[in-house]
Amino acid sequence: MRHLLSAADLSLSEITEILDLAEEMSTVQDRPVKKLPALRGRTVVNLFFEDSTRTRSSFEIAGKWLSADVINVSAKGSSMSKGESLRDTVLTVAAMGVDALVIRHHASGAPWQASHWIDAHVLNAGDGTHEHPTQALLDAFTLRRHFRSADPSSAERNGQASDFTGKTIAIVGDLTHSRVARSNVLLLQTLGAEVVLVAPPTLMPSGVDSWPAANTTDFDEVLGACDAVMMLRVQRERMSGGYFPSAREYTIGYGLTRARLGALRPGAAICHPGPMNRGLEISADAADAANSLILDQVAAGVSIRMSVLYQILGGAEESVASPVREAAVR
Amino acid sequence: MDADQIARACARMAHQVLEANRGAAGLVLLGIPTRGVHLASRLAAAMAQVEGERIPVGSLDITLYRDDLRRNPTRPVGHTYLPVPVDDAVVVLVDDVLFSGRTVRAALDALGDIGRPRAVRLAVLVDRGHRQLPIRADHVGKNLPTAASERVSVRLEESDGVNEVTIARPSDADGATPSSFPSERTADADGAAAPGEDR
Amino acid sequence: MNDVLITGADLAGQGRADLLIRDGRLVDPADAGVDVERMDADGLIALPGLVDLHTHLREPGREDAETHDSGTRAAARGGFTAVLAMANTTPVTDTAEAALHIAALGRQAGHAQVIPVGAVTKGLDGAELAELGLMARSAVQVRVFSDDGHCISDAGLMRRALEYIRAFDGVIAQHAQDPRLAGAHACCHEGEVSGRLGLPGWPPAAESTIVARDVQLAALTGSRVHVCHVSTAETVDVLRWAKARGVKITAEVTPHHLLLTTDEVLGYDPTFKVNPPLRPEEHVRALQDGLADGTIDAVATDHAPHARHDKQHAFAEAAFGMVGLESALAVVVETMVDTGRLSWSGVAQRTSVVPARIARLSGQGRPLSVGEPANVTLVDPTARAVVDADNTASLSRNNPWHGRELPDPVVATFWAGRQTYRR
Repeated sequence: MRHLLSAADLSLSEITEILDLAEEMSTVQDRPVKKLPALRGRTVVNLFFEDSTRTRSSFEIAGKWLSADVINVSAKGSSMSKGESLRDTVLTVAAMGVDALVIRHHASGAPWQASHWIDAHVLNAGDGTHEHPTQALLDAFTLRRHFRSADPSSAERNGQASDFTGKTIAIVGDLTHSRVARSNVLLLQTLGAEVVLVAPPTLMPSGVDSWPAANTTDFDEVLGACDAVMMLRVQRERMSGGYFPSAREYTIGYGLTRARLGALRPGAAICHPGPMNRGLEISADAADAANSLILDQVAAGVSIRMSVLYQILGGAEESVASPVREAAVR
Repeated sequence: MDADQIARACARMAHQVLEANRGAAGLVLLGIPTRGVHLASRLAAAMAQVEGERIPVGSLDITLYRDDLRRNPTRPVGHTYLPVPVDDAVVVLVDDVLFSGRTVRAALDALGDIGRPRAVRLAVLVDRGHRQLPIRADHVGKNLPTAASERVSVRLEESDGVNEVTIARPSDADGATPSSFPSERTADADGAAAPGEDR
Repeated sequence: MNDVLITGADLAGQGRADLLIRDGRLVDPADAGVDVERMDADGLIALPGLVDLHTHLREPGREDAETHDSGTRAAARGGFTAVLAMANTTPVTDTAEAALHIAALGRQAGHAQVIPVGAVTKGLDGAELAELGLMARSAVQVRVFSDDGHCISDAGLMRRALEYIRAFDGVIAQHAQDPRLAGAHACCHEGEVSGRLGLPGWPPAAESTIVARDVQLAALTGSRVHVCHVSTAETVDVLRWAKARGVKITAEVTPHHLLLTTDEVLGYDPTFKVNPPLRPEEHVRALQDGLADGTIDAVATDHAPHARHDKQHAFAEAAFGMVGLESALAVVVETMVDTGRLSWSGVAQRTSVVPARIARLSGQGRPLSVGEPANVTLVDPTARAVVDADNTASLSRNNPWHGRELPDPVVATFWAGRQTYRR
């Protein structure tokens, strides 16, 4: 695997390998020495054009536990205000001899563009309203564990592919602006799950009918059929944008309220990529319910990112022809 | 070696391990995936027959501790399972073939990050010589003098459907072509190879 | 300057004839003297020099992206003898003095006629009218006014501007983009691709609703509206409806909207970021049909050169626009002539005669007959070439056609009798 830019780039066997390795990696945090030597001498730069303490620190810990040197570069607001282009910023960082760039950017496609400018590996740590593949992987990791603990024979019975087969997973909320939703739809489709997208029509992405997922504006209609519900964060700014009239109306229509919690199937998983707006898209009862996986998702972040970093950086480099390839943008 | 010889070697090693430890107290067997794990299970079964008690068996994957990760495409990582804490235990590392010693070096490093055993011993089914590191086995099923260029293949029923140890010259190895990394399969190729290849 | 005798050219619908150029005008070929410079145009087509209603020359302000010299050289290479320079320079062309300065820069460059477009509102801020009358009465007689880059979204302001310019037969070239439907960040046709890529969407209705409104305002005021860079099938429908009712509205389409589709942005390459955005196939077909039947009056380039670094940002943050002067006729030939949708005389109408009439240019877009100004573009109807972004007179390289094989029609350009380009 050269880069991780989109969840669509991953085959079923690659996803399975990443999740399996993440299981192995997850034992590291229980060990006296939280360090594996696999990426010794490798340099990973977290190039963040947008704040994200959680994603940045989990990539940082993941790299460090694998013995890579991890450097954080905050490029927030710098390039445009200094007149430096994205390409300049990326080339400058890459020129320091880094092996991988973990890029978070407020604009969609920025990691994809960067991967065409440099020879270092690029990992997408969230780009605009496009994708966030490692979040989708850690969601899948958390759900797989949940499904296996509910039915311990499932892993053995038909191989790993079956963990998600026949499972219905609803993704609920601001789909238009959610990179988590896009990556999850793509990843869960590859894993064989049935995905249902739930949102008011104003927050449904354009062209959603062409996505590999069903969609509905009626949360209650699908609630009882779900094996898992992923609640998305709703920005309060969306109200002023006219996407919905009030927080109250949103919660009543699309929040995981106490009443909806009761209508879920017993044991159905509750996920949220965080940070939560308690009382808006998710009630405290749901967030703290026994079948809430929200803290497990956070805990899975490091293991998944260790696994991904190893998959990308753990082996020999393919031969590299030129130090800097010709830019995609002329 | 045929199936019988492998079985006798295992039984002998089981006795030797118990004798050296003066019983089963504190013993933990950790096999190195893939075939080392199968051998560890066989040793534990043989020891249980003698001692009447179950010896804890686990697996210790050493992939992330290998010194040749950067020389090959990304390697799949195997499973590590510790049945009991290794602190103050007597850990017996079990592998199929001892060759350069690099796998054992990696295993010792891995073990050091997991805990602090009272002692670490090494049991291998085949010692084929050609050490590149100052490492020796405590218990050996069979010493097999080989040329460095030869390939020793251990096949076990659990993973390969048959129990046998064979030596092949590179020229008549079944389907094997000369590697682009000669060192990988000869000089320092102590590590995980495709099923049936030596390590 | 020697007389030039062009022999055997096909005069696009007027049959084959010789053209004799003397002192900037076409004269009777029978008068050719012995020292005349001859140019064999057998197999070539002669068009009246092309007129671009929509060029960004960037000077003053962004001379690193384009200057009058480089931009008019590029125009000449594209067969143009006149370009209308949009007002969004720094400073904005919103006074008579600024307009005179633009015209002067154009004259110094000297590769094509440069006609300043005046801003409709001061500083293009959409609030107060610029001094439209003073620009119109100045020596350069500005007739085309536009806030291009910004939509005049305030209907009241648009109405007053239209009323005001009626006094001097002006026209307002509207950048139709309702800012509430497609804000400043909108950068991708709203649809499957924008949804998938997570790019802010630009719905067709943001254009067509403004055009529909402006049709009513043109009818109300009896004044002329020109629609810049039409990009949607809906707008073509509105225009067809308006023209059937005799409303004084004209429209242009860019070469890129005649050929490229939304799929080009799938690779997040900012070269393909343009405003209005590239649209799906059905819109492209509607635009070709509209241009063929005259619903769309003219082809205009929206030539928008950008310094390299302004395009090397994330897609959503990169500058809008693409260069177009040098390849405009090539794309028209590819999409309209080679497909049988437009004759060569139709090409002359859409690229020269009608744009000159919209801009009220007396010396451009004239028939190729004796006594007329010698603005002539010679065209090879069969040549083709692979476009190379570096093979250009422009200072910029944001060329969406790079690497694509297209017709390569322009052989020579004469502006006011002077050869400004020869292949």
